Amino acid sequence: MADLHGLAQALKQLDDQLVNCMRCGMCQAVCPVFAQTGRETDVTRGKLALLEGLADELLKDPDAVNDTLNRCLMCGTCQANCPSGVKVLDIFFQARAILTGYYGLSPVKKAIFRGMLANPRLFNALSFIGARFQFLFTKKADELLGSSCARFQAPLIADRHFNTLAATSLHARTGSLNTPAGTSGLRAAFFPGCVVDKMYPSVGLAVIKALNHHGVGVYLPANQACCGIPVLSSGDRQGFNRLVEQNVKLFADADCTALVTPCASCTATIKELWPEFYDGSADIGAELRRLAEKTMDISEFLVDRCGVAVFEPVPGASVTYHDPCHLKNSLGITRQPRQLLESAGAHLQEMEDAGTCCGCGGTFNIYHYETSKKIGSHKADCIVASGASTVTTSCPACMMQITDLLSRRQSGIGVRHVVEVYADRL
Amino acid sequence: MAQPNIQDSLVRDFAALVGAEFVMTGEADRYAYSYDAAALPPVMPGCVVRPGSTEELGRVVSLCNHHGVPLIVRGAGTNLSGGTIPQHGGVVVLTNRLTRIVEINEEDLYAVVEPGVITARLAAEVAKRGLFYPPDPGSQTVSTIGGNVAENAGGLRGLKYGVTKDYVMGVEFFDVEGQLIKGGSKTVKCVTGLNLPGLMVGSEGALGVFSRITLRLIPPPQSARSMMAVFASIRAASETVAAIIAAKILPATLELMDNFTIRTVESFRRAGLPTEAAALLLIEVDGHPAQVADDAVKVEQICRENGSETVTVARNAEERNAIWQARRDALPALAKLKPTCVLEDATVPRSRIPAMIQALQEISREYRLPIGTFGHAGDGNLHPTILTDRRDKEEMERVERAVAAIFERAVALDGTLSGEHGIGIAKARFLEQEVGAATIGYNQRLKAAVDPKNILNPGKMV
Repeated sequence: MADLHGLAQALKQLDDQLVNCMRCGMCQAVCPVFAQTGRETDVTRGKLALLEGLADELLKDPDAVNDTLNRCLMCGTCQANCPSGVKVLDIFFQARAILTGYYGLSPVKKAIFRGMLANPRLFNALSFIGARFQFLFTKKADELLGSSCARFQAPLIADRHFNTLAATSLHARTGSLNTPAGTSGLRAAFFPGCVVDKMYPSVGLAVIKALNHHGVGVYLPANQACCGIPVLSSGDRQGFNRLVEQNVKLFADADCTALVTPCASCTATIKELWPEFYDGSADIGAELRRLAEKTMDISEFLVDRCGVAVFEPVPGASVTYHDPCHLKNSLGITRQPRQLLESAGAHLQEMEDAGTCCGCGGTFNIYHYETSKKIGSHKADCIVASGASTVTTSCPACMMQITDLLSRRQSGIGVRHVVEVYADRL
Repeated sequence: MAQPNIQDSLVRDFAALVGAEFVMTGEADRYAYSYDAAALPPVMPGCVVRPGSTEELGRVVSLCNHHGVPLIVRGAGTNLSGGTIPQHGGVVVLTNRLTRIVEINEEDLYAVVEPGVITARLAAEVAKRGLFYPPDPGSQTVSTIGGNVAENAGGLRGLKYGVTKDYVMGVEFFDVEGQLIKGGSKTVKCVTGLNLPGLMVGSEGALGVFSRITLRLIPPPQSARSMMAVFASIRAASETVAAIIAAKILPATLELMDNFTIRTVESFRRAGLPTEAAALLLIEVDGHPAQVADDAVKVEQICRENGSETVTVARNAEERNAIWQARRDALPALAKLKPTCVLEDATVPRSRIPAMIQALQEISREYRLPIGTFGHAGDGNLHPTILTDRRDKEEMERVERAVAAIFERAVALDGTLSGEHGIGIAKARFLEQEVGAATIGYNQRLKAAVDPKNILNPGKMV
């Protein structure tokens, strides 16, 4: 039991934050996981109570608490709606790190986080090979969405409909870029994020097209590392530190007005989680905060800094917009993506519950696929009911999840990033 | 921590009845049902069961009775009295799979629901049909109708529209043997038998287990107007409340915020509230448009006559929302000041509000505790909110004494221990002070007659 006592002591660090939960239970109204399961252990109040129980040594079952803690999308909706202002995501990131410390990082995760993600060259090479050979294992599922499904029974893929790795990744197409500020006088550092780079290069190309159009210089260095959110979510603080350091060094010399990303998760991670959770070398602290401060979602940058062009409405077709949790809940950005769509002349048809989670939640989708599908099913219903022919969003992870949902329904609705819709008109 | 021995055979019986995935016996699962929204120590149940139909619910009740095991029914667990803490262990029975709205009758104006239906969902479904279910407890987005009825929940509209009890027309519930008992009816008038709905409302899970509830619906008001009046003294604000009622005007909502709360809300939202004001009254009149226009003018006049320096009448939805946002912010803003909020609901006759507010200020000083007071001035239901930190043992002892003092003063002013939160564990020991030993004895004999093994939410209320 010495170990358990050590774990409890470690969790005591969270005491000042845990005590703020007054157990009012209002999180039950907004938690997507609880909506599916109805179990108190799946809602924030329950998870916070369990952490406190473990810290106070009233509970002796860390396995169950750990499982519970991982049954969370980290969508932040509870935090955005908490009457007491409990910093739920902070607590959960820290608690996951403490529990990962207790259990140790699994060999698979260690290989992925510290081997692959921290070595962009290796990651790029592996995805290059993957893109060549994936046809052996997959078959086309939906032409419109370009989705595929597994050719053979594959436990990790299950019945998912997914976008395969792009034949040519973004970095392979563009190489590194470093262009001077144009008419706008602005220069943007561009952080595409892993999913855009390897799965949705078209989104990255749309970003570059839009930046070029507005006379914004682009700084796109080679060998960017993952922003670190999957690593931090799994409680690997050490791996997270390494990724942050690599990226900070890469962007340190860029003389840019802003760092832009087309990925809601990357934006929120760089902006909020880097300054909060990086606890490595103090040398990069100032540079890290400077980068975090100027990090912007691509729509936010285009709308607020560039002054977007307004185009004639496109007759007929309508689009709907899904708010990614990391933009809406973490950063409060809801206006600019919609404005970008309207600027592009798209007829914006709001769906019901545009701001509720699609159920992806990063690795949540891998470990809790059935629950993820159920949560997503409501999102798919709302998308279909909106009557729009295309659903847009600002996060490539949401795009993957929504593609899976719509492809399995053969709904005939396209999935695009808002910046793609805008770039189409340029 | 109590972990009463629930026999494995009982767990197997539950699993056979409701399905193994709906019976929880793991330590973490049980811990997650050891608390509610009251700042009280957790107590673990022996197991947690989620019946999927009212038939299963009835069988669960009779199994518990057969084994003599405590049974605590739990909806959303938002109650503030400790009423769903399994004080003596036993079985927590969740109603969150019993969520059917069985019927909404637009001709006879009633709804029949299962106990797990969420209050706000019912209100929204009813509103879609052009009708109105007025009770609006603060936790309505998550609270259940079963819980609302068991606790006789109130809300902001209590003054004009009453509380949950005013809308319960009929109840169906299981007695301890799992037999279905029916009381009330779908008719407006009903004097058949004992008034069982009256008995069951506010019974805090101690007399039976709800399976269906029939609720009265009413036509919604056609229009509403909101205003905010600023006062330099609590007395002036309270006298205004009395004067409005005396002028034969019954606002839908008449809320008070004291200076401490005003300042806290202002530093939280910066919406431009008058931080110097001793009190604010937030008032909404509703009904027929002509009546509303008339009432609004009169209320404004009464406010001014009673010393209000400024009265702001909302001219549009945005301004109306701004007024009510201030009220909605009261608890969240106070909650952010300190880790723990002890939210009380001592209630006094309207005319005693100034005396009660003064008493609260004295108690705040005497026990050296910050107390923010807001609440339903129109019906005398105040929410003195003590800000503290549950980890500070010395301070929590002072909180406990302050709470006792609040009850004492409220009862001395002809008031009551609880306007809308219930007695539960939190106030059980003060009950005698208000009602006397004979009344408690009567309650106990009643309870013993319908629940001889004392399995229904034991240790609560009496």
